[in-house]
Amino acid sequence: MGILDSKIPAGPLEDKWTKHKNTIDLVNPANKRNIDIIVVGTGLAGGSAAATLAELGYNVKTFCYQDSPRRAHSIAAQGGINAAKNYQGDGDSNYRLFYDTVKGGDYRAREANVYRLAEVSGNIIDQCVAQGVPFAREYGGLLDNRSFGGVLVSRTFYAKGQTGQQLLLGAYAAMNRQINRGKIQAYNRHEMMDLVKVDGKARGIIARDLVTGEIERHSAHAVVLATGGYGNVFFLSTNAMGSNVMAAWRAHRRGAHFANPCYTQIHPTCIPVSGDHQSKLTLMSESLRNDGRIWVPKRLEDAEAIRNGNLKPTQLKEEDRDYYLERRYPAFGNLVPRDVASRAAKERCDAGFGVNKTGEAVYLDFAAAIVRYGKEKALISGMKDADSQTIRNLGEEVIEAKYGNLFQMYEKIVDENPYKTPMMIYPAVHYTMGGLWVDYNLQTTIEGCYAAGEANFSDHGANRLGASALMQGLADGYFVLPYTIGDYLSQDIRTGTISTDSAEFDAVEKEVRERIEKLMSANGTHSVDYYHKKLGKIMWNKCGMSRNAKELQEAIDEISELRADFWANVKIPGKPDGMNQELEKAGRVADFLELGELFAKDALTRNESCGGHFREEYQTPDGEALRDDENFKFVSAWEYKGEPKDAVLHKEDLVYENIELKTRSYK
Amino acid sequence: MKLNLKIWRQKDAKSKGQMVDYPIKGVEGDMSFLEMLDVLNEELINKGEEPVEFDHDCREGICGTCSLQINGEPHGPDRLVTTCQLHMRKFKDGDTIVIEPFRASAFPVIKDLIVDRSAFDRIQQAGGYISVNTSGNTVDANAIPIDKHAADEAMDAATCIGCGACVAACKNASAMLFTSAKVSQFALLPQGQVEAVDRVQNMVRQMDLEGFGNCTNTGACEVECPKGISLENIARMNREYLSASLKG
Amino acid sequence: MSGLIKSSIARKVVMALSGLFLVFFLGQHFVINITSVIAPDTFNSWSHFMGYNPLVQYVLQPILIAGVVVHFVMGIALELKNTRARAVKYVKYSGGSNAPWISRNMIITGLVVLAFLGLHLYDFWVHEMVYKYIEGHPEDATRYHAETVEKFVPVWRTVLYVIAFVLLALHLLHGFASSFQTMGINNKYSSGIKTFTKIYAVAIPLGFVLIAIYHHLNPITH
Repeated sequence: MGILDSKIPAGPLEDKWTKHKNTIDLVNPANKRNIDIIVVGTGLAGGSAAATLAELGYNVKTFCYQDSPRRAHSIAAQGGINAAKNYQGDGDSNYRLFYDTVKGGDYRAREANVYRLAEVSGNIIDQCVAQGVPFAREYGGLLDNRSFGGVLVSRTFYAKGQTGQQLLLGAYAAMNRQINRGKIQAYNRHEMMDLVKVDGKARGIIARDLVTGEIERHSAHAVVLATGGYGNVFFLSTNAMGSNVMAAWRAHRRGAHFANPCYTQIHPTCIPVSGDHQSKLTLMSESLRNDGRIWVPKRLEDAEAIRNGNLKPTQLKEEDRDYYLERRYPAFGNLVPRDVASRAAKERCDAGFGVNKTGEAVYLDFAAAIVRYGKEKALISGMKDADSQTIRNLGEEVIEAKYGNLFQMYEKIVDENPYKTPMMIYPAVHYTMGGLWVDYNLQTTIEGCYAAGEANFSDHGANRLGASALMQGLADGYFVLPYTIGDYLSQDIRTGTISTDSAEFDAVEKEVRERIEKLMSANGTHSVDYYHKKLGKIMWNKCGMSRNAKELQEAIDEISELRADFWANVKIPGKPDGMNQELEKAGRVADFLELGELFAKDALTRNESCGGHFREEYQTPDGEALRDDENFKFVSAWEYKGEPKDAVLHKEDLVYENIELKTRSYK
Repeated sequence: MKLNLKIWRQKDAKSKGQMVDYPIKGVEGDMSFLEMLDVLNEELINKGEEPVEFDHDCREGICGTCSLQINGEPHGPDRLVTTCQLHMRKFKDGDTIVIEPFRASAFPVIKDLIVDRSAFDRIQQAGGYISVNTSGNTVDANAIPIDKHAADEAMDAATCIGCGACVAACKNASAMLFTSAKVSQFALLPQGQVEAVDRVQNMVRQMDLEGFGNCTNTGACEVECPKGISLENIARMNREYLSASLKG
Repeated sequence: MSGLIKSSIARKVVMALSGLFLVFFLGQHFVINITSVIAPDTFNSWSHFMGYNPLVQYVLQPILIAGVVVHFVMGIALELKNTRARAVKYVKYSGGSNAPWISRNMIITGLVVLAFLGLHLYDFWVHEMVYKYIEGHPEDATRYHAETVEKFVPVWRTVLYVIAFVLLALHLLHGFASSFQTMGINNKYSSGIKTFTKIYAVAIPLGFVLIAIYHHLNPITH
């Protein structure tokens, strides 16, 4: 247990970060030129970290599997980014953002980290505006805000429905500036295959050039993993097709503890699955819940008639609809946090009220908002008694201005007009709060190996609030890691270049080659996707929105069997020495097959319900999550010991000095 | 539905490629175009053949990874969508669909339908940024009010996903729409003014070096752009370029 | 500066400016020509002025020739680069579904117009040069109308003129408005420019066509 030192600085919460920055060691500018850093992943966390480290003077190498850093999946974040700017004057503050985040995370996040996140949130907005990120503005020329779930203030900055894209392009631009200066060498279409440790410290990686198939050695004084989450362990998720856990898992196998793997965010508003061919799920931004009302029919027979196509949702009278979120959670209504909204949808669908063919969908209805906005617009335009059609038209214009691109996307995918008939939505895997365990400096349990963004576990506890992922990614990359890594690198100013010509590099490269060889030589009967889909089904059915001990145990056994079958019977056509997408997928799925088991084990160990982790055995009589602070107020950090079932649990106790632990209520 | 696919197969950058016919059955209207290709690939793998390699990632129309020239048009016949969002309901039973990689000398084929679009990265590296360090003490975000109209226009230009459809559609394989979108975004914002002269000159120089063709104002790029980037951006870049050239 | 000359945008601007200059010249040419139908005497005196005024002959005429040459040479240079920009062609290319034919085939309409220009120069300009400088005839301010009408007696020449002007119309339909976009003008006036383009690109060539047909149908009987 001794190794789990979170290194949280002493002192009052508000002063910890400032004091820490003032006391850690720095590397002088001349010495930074002699230090190399590898950054794996070029999303918000990796891209911003790489750019900032290069600005500071370090030599940076970036790696991404995509053909350009600009394509990392941060780009898909729609709704916005939180910051405690209090531009709206609605009482926001660093403390309130901190409080909302800890509460939203169901009191399973580290106080000091979250407070630091809130503290630097404002800087992020300043920085991004300076970079030319075109955030939405009001007519006065100042920045606009919107609201997100789980909070009572308006603190979300946004760029239409493409905030992630704009922030990522900002970080990518910052990277480009450094590439142009020669301070960043970008290795695109490269995948990290393993981590190389020398004398116990992370000193490089083995990467595969995805175009030529060549196995390459890259050395550095420190390695930063910013490789995102592992939601694709479910096969179907809102993650990109290529999103994977390989880098984090390889680091885990080399000694980095993996924290809280079972904390997964299931996002309530995604487009429902349409058939077996489905390859991924598409998110409809949480911002839609600002104006959309979620409902299912009150009567089972109506739900059935809708499923059969005998009844249209628009025909159902107001009193026959069950706006279940407004009914159950009057204070927050449709804007309850994601975990709560998702579970409520599942509860209704499981009870037989689902509204699409598969019975796994609820309505997100904009009719009321259209009328409300339409009336307002009519009044502003001086139309005292506009007819209902005019009001609808005006209202639809307002909705289009706010969510036009999302509505268009929905119509392209589902082939229904969401202005005229309510959207159908269902929860889908979206984000993973768990990840590599890191201390306050974002260092993993391997010296010199850092984890940033979604790849680490640190800030969101058991549930992440909307618009906080972008905030955390950029906070880590722009404002935290570039400082804290200096403390470690200050020991390395005399080390000189790390040679790749060493026994350690030899050994790891050999293992990588053997693994590829083993995958290619199985020459079995099933494609990689076959296994990935099977794994996904087990995960979704037994480790999804609600879990129980019996099914979790079954999941552990089934995944273990599936893994054995995979290694014996997977079929990968083609050759390893060239581009081979099946081989790429196989390596990733092989790691998911290990992570999935640890995930189930973690969920089985955590005998409580908290945030995204809902254990059926632990709930209140009215179906709310029942947390157990006495026994589970800790971070589960798993140490690799071979098979996932042998992983050893280390606990980091969470200390709350500034927040009183309460039952989370949004009623 | 049944379809007859004609797909460009090419082993690697050096090999010669050719069109190969692949009949496919059981395609549903709810499938996306890429999911239809997934079905084909699953069949090919089960038969022991090499699957068709194509670029794709987010599959929700924002990362810009997917490409494909489908029946002679980038991202296929539908408008304002990427290939991953193109759905099979846009095709009819019995249709023949010709699938080729994006063609441009600046986008060499890597394998099958995958092309190398790193030329776009190099254009951005030449000046597609504002030189501001991450310090934590830049001015407050609201210190410089920006006209909402300008901010919205900058946003419209910034929505470019860098997929390369503009190049693929253009009869001259010109990258003017892509380059102008970035130039415009910064030209419209006060933060972008300081480096405006160098930016447009450097980016245009790099664009020309990469071997893209010239703009002849056919407007094909605007029609095929999945994000609806406007030709106004090209005019703006021309303007910026001319004024930059006059200034020095 | 050498960068500027090589830059694609600068070359396009040269293309646009020379094109606009030629468009202006075309209008002026038309104004003179229409007098050959409505006022032959005016036609003769204006033609004579153009043929013997030193400013026109030694300053404007070389500028015009330069304009044509620049427009032509630059057009070919750009076309060559454009062809190189897509070395491997598509098996199937649906250019018609995203851009009009005229915008994609400026090189065809341009080359046809150029070929016509050859005939036209042979007919009139070479004739003038021979008449004035080689054969050394004295000035005759009354000959132009008859000479012009004479040219349109053969059906083949009249037909060639008509075809060339149809293609010129197509060339102008895209080129005129396009030159403004190239020079960076795309604003609230653009729709006006486009409308004017349509009118100008149809009306002027149509006028030339009508003049040719008129002269063909009304030969001077001696």
